[in-house]
Amino acid sequence: MVVSESTHVAPPPAPEAKEARATAVKRRLWLRRLLQGQELVIAVIGVALAIFFSIYSSAFSSQSNVATLSTYVAPIMIFGIAEVFVLTLGEIDLSVGEVYVLSPFLVVYLHDAGLGVLGGIVISLVACAAIGLINGLITVLLNVPSFITTLGTVFALQGIVLLSSNGIQINPAGSGTIAKILGGSTYSPIIWALAIAVVGHIVFRRTTFGLHVTAVGGNQTASGEAGVRVGAVKIWCFVLCSLLGGLIGILDGYRIGSLNPGTDGLTMMFYGVAAAVIGGTALTGGRGTMIGAGIGAIVLGVLEDGFNIIGINAFAYQLVLGLAILGAMILNIQLERTRSGRGSGSLARLITRLGGRRATSS
Amino acid sequence: MNRPDLSKADQVSMDDKTDPPAAEDVLRVEGITKAFGPIKVLRGVDLHLAPGEVLGVVGSNGAGKSTLVKIITGYQPPDQGQLYVEGEPVDLHSVQDARSHGIETVFQDLALVDELSVYHNLFLNREVTSGGRFRFLNNRRMRADAMRYLEEIQVDIPSVDLPVEKLSGGQRQAIAVARATRREDVKILLLDEPLAAMGAKEAKLIIDLVKSLARNRGVSMLVIDHNYTHIFELCDRVNVVEQGRITLDKRTADTSLAELTEFMVSSYRQQVEGASA
Ligand SMILES: Nc1ncnc2c1ncn2[C@@H]1O[C@H](COP(=O)(O)OP(=O)(O)OP(=O)(O)O)[C@@H](O)[C@H]1O
Ligand SMILES: [Mg+2]
Repeated sequence: MVVSESTHVAPPPAPEAKEARATAVKRRLWLRRLLQGQELVIAVIGVALAIFFSIYSSAFSSQSNVATLSTYVAPIMIFGIAEVFVLTLGEIDLSVGEVYVLSPFLVVYLHDAGLGVLGGIVISLVACAAIGLINGLITVLLNVPSFITTLGTVFALQGIVLLSSNGIQINPAGSGTIAKILGGSTYSPIIWALAIAVVGHIVFRRTTFGLHVTAVGGNQTASGEAGVRVGAVKIWCFVLCSLLGGLIGILDGYRIGSLNPGTDGLTMMFYGVAAAVIGGTALTGGRGTMIGAGIGAIVLGVLEDGFNIIGINAFAYQLVLGLAILGAMILNIQLERTRSGRGSGSLARLITRLGGRRATSS
Repeated sequence: MNRPDLSKADQVSMDDKTDPPAAEDVLRVEGITKAFGPIKVLRGVDLHLAPGEVLGVVGSNGAGKSTLVKIITGYQPPDQGQLYVEGEPVDLHSVQDARSHGIETVFQDLALVDELSVYHNLFLNREVTSGGRFRFLNNRRMRADAMRYLEEIQVDIPSVDLPVEKLSGGQRQAIAVARATRREDVKILLLDEPLAAMGAKEAKLIIDLVKSLARNRGVSMLVIDHNYTHIFELCDRVNVVEQGRITLDKRTADTSLAELTEFMVSSYRQQVEGASA
């Protein structure tokens, strides 16, 4: 066989062609990510649930119920956003629910001490951020797993709330415009929640800080070697989480109109974690999505509200919620496995295959 | 040197008496010690690196080579000892510190985040940002720059948008090298086993890149590699790390593959005999 010495070197692909190919890959990746990343799957489930409840009872789509639904969704959404920051690190903040209970009480105490309502709110939020700072410092500097750190803080905060309030229910400080803006009027909580979700998403996806959170959660050593200040990133996440917890506390105080020192903060916190996980945030760190947490919160809210309207009792609701979270976790892990090419989540494989086909044909 | 009974003493010509003056060295390491608990990993390491010089560092597994690199790059502090960059004593408190002195590193574990895209990995912690204090990511710029640079150094990957976990071992390694070499003002490049998982062709690519950086941009390098063929192909000089010290320092032109191998084997024999005696 004679191989000619002619210059049969393939010309390098034109830069435009390469760019086009890269853009195509990017677009496909984006679609795949959306499908695999669970946001779309869970959004479809949410819409299906809403349709189901609307057909079952016309009351579901009534205007007054939309208002009710929004008040279910709002706190879960903010808790979810708050937890995404720490969950993406591979950490968790169990104390944020108790920060939620504490913060409106602090406002009342400060008000009683002669401070203006607004000043009291600001100082209360600073205190909540400080609680996050303590969580972060203990976790980072003393190398205590955040599960343990924040479990300790939960009980400590519970003690503080009960001691300071004598266990007696009180009214939030202030009324009028401030109260209306901060959760008092019907749609105020959901507007706050959506605004926080948008800001959270931008911070998480569009800023250096957000990128570093994902990097640290994905590979702490590598991030450190690349020069990312791992400790600082972690501490900031705990501060943000706690700060958001304090904010929801104040919003919910004005919405409900009274403050109960016995409120179960742990359950509230777990709703947030559930919303985040259902939405596609990995408990193991390295993957988080604010949009997912928002959608997860809507799904949980629709479930709770829908069951109320249908008239299923609270016990059944708990059962279904538990199963839904379990199902979402399993889906999450299966998707993760398929994504990384390990093992074979059959359910996930089906979904990604459908998704992949749709993505390539578009 | 307190090496007992050097039967092959003629081969162990230490030329640290003939070191050039410190001002000429772009990097100088003096008396570095480092212990992890009771284990003394480094027991007083001295080495130097001239401008544009490529220094090979070899030594058995666990000899402390990576620890040395982590100290020079500011990732870990030394217990004792002093670093000099261009004659000036420097205390590196972070990787960022080292970078400000023009030191870049390819870590043995590559320091890549699997979940992030190729271009985010390339720009990790020196992202192109806009918006001043808020540091919004300029993803478009980073993508374009990443594509351009990878093309320039002929690293072939399907897309810079892929998460790094989707790449092969050699491709990941190429990305790690690309990250360290991308900066224009890099002065000292530390490469901790940069060729470990690479095929012959890809290794050649990286070797050529490294050589051209040394030759054309005058970048000084410290290369750790267990493959002596690579050492001889790449390096002007070679140091052997043994039991926490540099025990051999020779120009590659003045030694040979056979001699280096023989040195490693004979010192191993001595260790074994010393232990059993
Ligand atoms: N952070 C640490 N904590 C405790 N011991 C450590 C740490 N880092 C390294 N060591 C120990 O120090 C010794 C030297 O490790 P190092 O990674 O520097 O070796 P090396 O020469 O790079 O080996 P290899 O050729 O296998 O990469 C090993 O015994 C290792 O167990
Ligand atoms: Mg090593």
